[in-house]
Amino acid sequence: MSTDRQSSKQWLLTLPSLAWLGVFFVIPAILVIVTAFRPADLHGGVGAGWTMATVHEVSDPAYLPILWRTVWFSGVTTLVCLALSLPMAFQMARVGPLMRQVLLLLVVIPFLSNFLIRIFAWKSLLHPEGPLTRLLIWLHFIPEDAMLLNNAGAVLLVLIYTQLPFAILPLYAAAEKFDFGLLDAARDLGAGPWRSFSKVFVPGVWRGIVSAAVMVFVCSLGQYVIPQMVGGASDEMLGSKIAQRVFSDRNLPHASVLAAGLMLVVLVPMLIVAVWQRFGRKEAVS
Amino acid sequence: MRRSWLPSLITLAVIVFLFAPLVVLVANSFNASRFGGEWEGFTWNWYEKLWEADEVWESLWITVKIALSASFTAMILGTLAAYALHRFRSWLQDVHSLLITLPLVMPDILMGMSLLALFVLTGVETGLLTIWIAHVTFCLSFVTMVVLGRLQDFDFTLIDAARDLGATRVQALKKVLLPLLLPGVLAGGLLAFTLSIDDYVITFFVSGPGTTTLPLRVASMMKTSRSLPVINALSTLLIASTFILAALSFRLQRRA
Repeated sequence: MSTDRQSSKQWLLTLPSLAWLGVFFVIPAILVIVTAFRPADLHGGVGAGWTMATVHEVSDPAYLPILWRTVWFSGVTTLVCLALSLPMAFQMARVGPLMRQVLLLLVVIPFLSNFLIRIFAWKSLLHPEGPLTRLLIWLHFIPEDAMLLNNAGAVLLVLIYTQLPFAILPLYAAAEKFDFGLLDAARDLGAGPWRSFSKVFVPGVWRGIVSAAVMVFVCSLGQYVIPQMVGGASDEMLGSKIAQRVFSDRNLPHASVLAAGLMLVVLVPMLIVAVWQRFGRKEAVS
Repeated sequence: MRRSWLPSLITLAVIVFLFAPLVVLVANSFNASRFGGEWEGFTWNWYEKLWEADEVWESLWITVKIALSASFTAMILGTLAAYALHRFRSWLQDVHSLLITLPLVMPDILMGMSLLALFVLTGVETGLLTIWIAHVTFCLSFVTMVVLGRLQDFDFTLIDAARDLGATRVQALKKVLLPLLLPGVLAGGLLAFTLSIDDYVITFFVSGPGTTTLPLRVASMMKTSRSLPVINALSTLLIASTFILAALSFRLQRRA
């Protein structure tokens, strides 16, 4: 009787969010995969019947460079973000509680500011008439006719800029739990600052590093606004192609094949981490 | 003990990197120069132009309407979800927790694209309703996470204490759990509100005619160079309001 009541109470509390996500998250994701095997109709909708034609179209080697570029941009972004965030998280966890709150707020504010506005800010900063270009020309760092905008460098810079908080926040959460007494112990035993950082601190926040890396990598994979706004014609990412197929070509099945591909690329690193964590846990037990 | 100066230097550099574009943006909103390459004197001109841009204010009103209704819905669904996740351990909650986590790592473009596929295939006209649905969907997980964090800190013996002192179940929930949980719920709602106001990618996919939210408006303004300084002015106001909302949310989460 009591377990019955417990169980119905559980269903009552779980059902609203479960049903919402089922209808508006799971079913749409399945629909995308199904649509990948459907023919397109002329009105931008989806026709009847089944076809493998779209999948074959997308297996075209022309898509390989885009896929490769997407993974390459995301990989570089992840590495740079980690390299900057590790020392920063280390520092944030070491300072006093007030300074810690201030630093956290300083990281969160640009993160919460409108995404488009942050890209726009970089666009005007890198603009040929913009302040950064003028400053660098004045310092003779770049030639007079240098273009800072519309190239792969600009895409990477803005990717790093927008993804950085995604790395800092999980790493800070891990560093906060780290026992800094271990560092003193390492120093007492004769380790230098670099050695104690790399051999004691980095292994200590390993889990934070993994979740930061996955977060940044996965979020970068799906970007399309950044390459569209600060990149050139040859800096398109997988997301740019998806948006193009949906809005310019109005070909939903084609976009679905690409989206299903992106889903796979996103799921693979997450599965690796999930399996690795399972495996790691078992190892720790035995 | 000697401490290396390198981590503090990198921290400083990262903060400068994070704020430099925003500072230049705010400065340029008062700059008479159109491209902001150099300082040509102080002006309110761009703010006056912004004040006269009726379509911006219309978009702001649409955005606020959606953000309020979506964050309110997400707040209720997310709080229930967090409570269920915290209270029960079962296969149902394993599935539930997986479903709550997945949207957090789903790229925006995939979420937008798959919702569009749903609306196209079921013949639902895109508009305010579809934007609201999309926003509730991506806000739900964030609210759940914030409230769940709050619940994990909550001392459930307080409820037993209230019951021992003669409170009914409903009284205990209303007078003990709810007031202590409320800051977390509000912080989650506030986060949902900021996320909803900010969203461009997902909204772009599921918006229809007459539902140009503020980010969509900004994106279309960015295409014409005439309105660029006006975006600086608008951005400055938005950054200022983000600052206030973030500070407010911080206070809410820290209050015991």
